[in-house]
Amino acid sequence: MAREDDTDQLDEAGVPERRRPVEPPNITIRRPFFRRRKSSPFAHADAPKIDYKDVKLLQRFISERGKIVPRRITAVTAKEQRLLAQAIKRARELALLPYVSG
Amino acid sequence: MPLYEHTVIARPDLSAQQAQALADQFGQVIADQGGKVAKVEYWGLRNLAYRVKKNRKGHYLHLNVDAPAAAIAELERTQRIHEDVLRYLTVKVEAFEEGPSAVMQAKSSRDERGGRRERDRDRERGERDRGEFRS
Repeated sequence: MAREDDTDQLDEAGVPERRRPVEPPNITIRRPFFRRRKSSPFAHADAPKIDYKDVKLLQRFISERGKIVPRRITAVTAKEQRLLAQAIKRARELALLPYVSG
Repeated sequence: MPLYEHTVIARPDLSAQQAQALADQFGQVIADQGGKVAKVEYWGLRNLAYRVKKNRKGHYLHLNVDAPAAAIAELERTQRIHEDVLRYLTVKVEAFEEGPSAVMQAKSSRDERGGRRERDRDRERGERDRGEFRS
C-alpha cells in the first residue's frame, strides 16, 4: 500500500516518478552473445588442491575424448590451467587417466 | 634432503602381499643410499586407463621418500630392470601431504558406500572390453 503512494507522488519537475526514462544498466556490456563471467572453480577458500593423484577432480577438466578442456570453457585462471595440464599429464603417465578414450 | 613422491605400478599377477613386499625392497634400496621412506601407501589392484605392457590392471604403490638425488637415480635404475614393475613416476615436492592421498580417500569413500554397484559396473566393462577383442 505504502509503496503505491510513493510512486504516484510527483517530484519537483512534476513528472510521476515511475514515468521518468530509466537508463539501461551499463550499455557497453549489452552485446548479443554476452555470457556472465563465471568464476574459477578453485577461487573459494576450501577449494581442492590441484593434484595428479586426485583423479575425480582432474576428470572434470578433460573431455569425453580425454582431451584437456580449454580454460575459456572451464573458467579456471591461466595459472591454474598450467597446473591442471601438468597434473593431468602426470595422471596419464600413471594410467590413472587415458590419453585417448571413446 | 629433497622430498619425492614415488609411484610404482606393479604386475597384476602378483598377490597383494607380494606387491606390498616390493615396497620393503625399494625401501632397502633407498636406505642403502642414505635416504628414508616416510610413508608407504598401497592403492590396491586398480584398473589401468589404458594397457601398459599388455596389462589391463596393476598394483599401485605410492611412497613418500626423503632421499638424496643419487638414491632416486638408483631406485629408478633398479625399477627399469625389475620385471614386476610396469611403470614408475617420481615427482619432487616441496612438502608431503598430510593424511591419506586423494586416491586413498576416494577408495575409502567408495568402500563405505558398499561398492557393490561399482564392482558390477567394472565387471561389465571388462566383459565389454573382451568382446571388442573377439571381433
